Amino acid sequence: MKKKKLVLVGNGMAGVRCIEEILKIDSDGFEITIFGREPYPNYNRILLSTVLQGDTSIDDITINELEWYEQHNIQLYTGETVVEIDKERKQVYTDKDRQIEYDELILATGSLPFMLPLPGADKEGVTAFRDIQDCQTMIESAQQYRKAVVIGGGLLGLEAARGLLNLGMEVDVVHICEHLMERQLDPTASKMLQKELEAQGMNFLLNKQTEEIFGSRRVEGLLFKDGSKIEADLVVMAVGIRPNVQLAKNNGIQVNRGIVVNDYMQTDCPNIYAVGECAEHREIVYGLVAPLYEQGKILAEKVCGVESKKYEGSVVSTQLKVSGVDVFSAGDFLDNHDTNSIKVYDDFEGIYKKVVFRDDKVAGAVLFGDIGEGPKLLNMINDRTDISNLSKVAILQDHSGGESSKSAALEMVNSEVICGCNGVTKGEICGAIVENGLTTVDQVKDNTNASRSCGGCKPLVQDLLEYTLGDEFDQSEIKEAVCGCTTLSREEVIEEIKSKNLKFVKEIMNVLGWKNEEGCSKCRPALNYYLGMLYPSDYEDEQESRFVNDRLHANIQKDGTYSVVPRMYGGVTNVTDLRKIADVAEKYDVPMIKLTGGQRIDLLGIKKEDLPKVWADLDMPSGYAYGKALRTVKTCVGSQFCRFGTQDSTQLGIDLEKKFERLNTPHKVKMSVSACPRNCAESGIKDVGIVGVDGGFEIYVGGNGGTHLRAGDLLCTVKKEKEVIETTAAFLQYYRETATYLERTSKWIERIGLENIREVLFDEENKKQLVARIEEALAHTKDPWEEIVKNQEIQEKLFRNLETQTSVRA
Amino acid sequence: MERIYVANVNNLPEKLGKSVKVRNYDIALFKLSTGVIHAIENSCPHKGGVLSQGIISGKHVYCPMHNWKICTEEGKAQKPDEGCVKTFEVEIKDEKVYVCL
Repeated sequence: MKKKKLVLVGNGMAGVRCIEEILKIDSDGFEITIFGREPYPNYNRILLSTVLQGDTSIDDITINELEWYEQHNIQLYTGETVVEIDKERKQVYTDKDRQIEYDELILATGSLPFMLPLPGADKEGVTAFRDIQDCQTMIESAQQYRKAVVIGGGLLGLEAARGLLNLGMEVDVVHICEHLMERQLDPTASKMLQKELEAQGMNFLLNKQTEEIFGSRRVEGLLFKDGSKIEADLVVMAVGIRPNVQLAKNNGIQVNRGIVVNDYMQTDCPNIYAVGECAEHREIVYGLVAPLYEQGKILAEKVCGVESKKYEGSVVSTQLKVSGVDVFSAGDFLDNHDTNSIKVYDDFEGIYKKVVFRDDKVAGAVLFGDIGEGPKLLNMINDRTDISNLSKVAILQDHSGGESSKSAALEMVNSEVICGCNGVTKGEICGAIVENGLTTVDQVKDNTNASRSCGGCKPLVQDLLEYTLGDEFDQSEIKEAVCGCTTLSREEVIEEIKSKNLKFVKEIMNVLGWKNEEGCSKCRPALNYYLGMLYPSDYEDEQESRFVNDRLHANIQKDGTYSVVPRMYGGVTNVTDLRKIADVAEKYDVPMIKLTGGQRIDLLGIKKEDLPKVWADLDMPSGYAYGKALRTVKTCVGSQFCRFGTQDSTQLGIDLEKKFERLNTPHKVKMSVSACPRNCAESGIKDVGIVGVDGGFEIYVGGNGGTHLRAGDLLCTVKKEKEVIETTAAFLQYYRETATYLERTSKWIERIGLENIREVLFDEENKKQLVARIEEALAHTKDPWEEIVKNQEIQEKLFRNLETQTSVRA
Repeated sequence: MERIYVANVNNLPEKLGKSVKVRNYDIALFKLSTGVIHAIENSCPHKGGVLSQGIISGKHVYCPMHNWKICTEEGKAQKPDEGCVKTFEVEIKDEKVYVCL
């Protein structure tokens, strides 16, 4: 298919982000051309002040390197301005007489700094603060001159002022209002900021309106409306920006304050869109990066023709570092007749927090000095959280108490947004850290986009990194998908199976929208298990979704032969069984006979097609040495012979094994019974380990002697064998119902907690129900070897190899 | 080319493999959910695992030894693993399955 021609006018943050979103959806569908007026690749304009302050270079703030454009076959023309759009012929023309056709045209022309039309504004030494060129002008001036005046006490002006201080200049900031940053801060926060900045060396002239910039060729000073004057060698105008709409206006595209767009970022001309600071949506022009990125995403979907959401506008929040001071504001933060507010003011620490409420909802907030709660508050504003049941004060007290040094990020739920600029949630960040083994903020940035823009959330990302990589972190907090075929977790899948009454593996994958139609080797056996666990009486096990060992009821070996381990309850045998085993070993020429660690005998090296015959000759139950099921119950000699034995461990072992054999479990289950604390049956490292003591039994759970070496936890002590069996039954059923497939009890216990297990098992009613459910499951089990021996059809299907007969020459 | 009769279509279970010895080859035969039948060498390029006993998903089979994912059509190991097994042409005539050598 022919690629569509896509032209982007404006090589800035919003436009290029939109291109990134387009490439994500359709990496190959467009032939892309980008024009940028400035001679640089896309850089982070928000970080311009750091360039001015001299601690970073242009390279450091570049978002998309030239290689990125090359990699994606994007034709980039820098230092070139589009001057005309021919809508009829669908072409654009540049100031270098270039002519390019488009199928889709995106205008992302951004803003221009607003220059006050003052007498003398054209003198040498008067500059804006908007691009890299302006930074260079200021840096050069600082080398020759001493006295700078910044007009504008908003964020941009203060950043310029801080930069000029760093460059060694004396700085006056002239502001028309009484309060600095009045659009982001309330008067209290504003005054605190002023105090802080004055301490840093800035001088403020508030409530001042400039009348004239005077001087001969170069600026020499400012005259104000009130008649006062100040000297100046450099004047930086930072009074605001206005959308750059000239190109659109000249070419008959509807323009108001910005280029007018609908909810899909379309202008009134076909195939022409606008995004970013130049666009006006529902009469609002946004200037912060988060809404612009949101717009970019929606536009990308539109351009790619995928069903897209509407852009419905954004709640604006600001999270800034002004000269080293953290500031946050969002929503309606000014007190009003219909609002109430809570304020915390700490003059010692320089912290101020205000939350404004309207109708039991958070309407807005201002934070100064400690902005940890910012994301939480923003989420409350966006979600319109009803706080009528919350203690209002507690909303701010979570972290401000001196004792708790925990980062606010840790208290947030996974769906809360950490990086407001890029809309990245806590869950996404933690997930990326775990899945991709990330260890630095930069890696998180590259992987998730979090902190890629204003960088204000870096401390939160850092906190999440430390937390996620640290010991306290519980990985289960992150939703873990069943496998790569779906984003649903085990819990979600089970919930869906129950609510939609799904009965087949294929049905689950189909109804729940599996990415791989037929699943994979991870999810298929898991789903097969979950269905069997949920419907013990009527689920028919699906052979083709079982791992070979579980399907053939034998353990596959490296050479494709199998091993056979018959039951030997409690590790106790007799001459009849031993004789049968010996006969079978001889008859089938078994290459190795070995004692297992679970106190039984393993016949190794048996051919697949011989398995049913071997089982028939043995005429013993399957030992399930291959299965996700109860393997063995290891026992010590016990009171029948041992001089130390306090309990009859062999008999209890036999009883347990007979009770729970054949039961499918999430992973293998090993048990043991020792008759005294000498613990000869190693009950401390079993999934369920019983230790006989004088007058009773200790029950240990979650022990593991394998890859996850772990001593079992003492679940409880009981008096009678009957109680051992009952507790074990409830424990196993709870494990069956709540563990992830292939999760051993050792991991499961660490995930859900011993206390949780105790609470469930020691509640009599719960326990009764768990036991009832396991009894139902047990009632439907059959010995698989016996079944297969009797069933020629299964033997044919699973065990017999094909025979070749005649060959035909072609 | 030689065509060797190995089975009837109906005798091959769906989404389960079958192995057959033909000349010096151990061949794994797969009838996919689409009904298409593929034949490949019954030995994983990794450590020679018996592919015929793997779990089948679409046209891929997961080796039961170490879970390598092999394409039953092209014989290629799927990323991140690398390698391939020999593939054999399958012909079906009158419900009879032939492997071509």
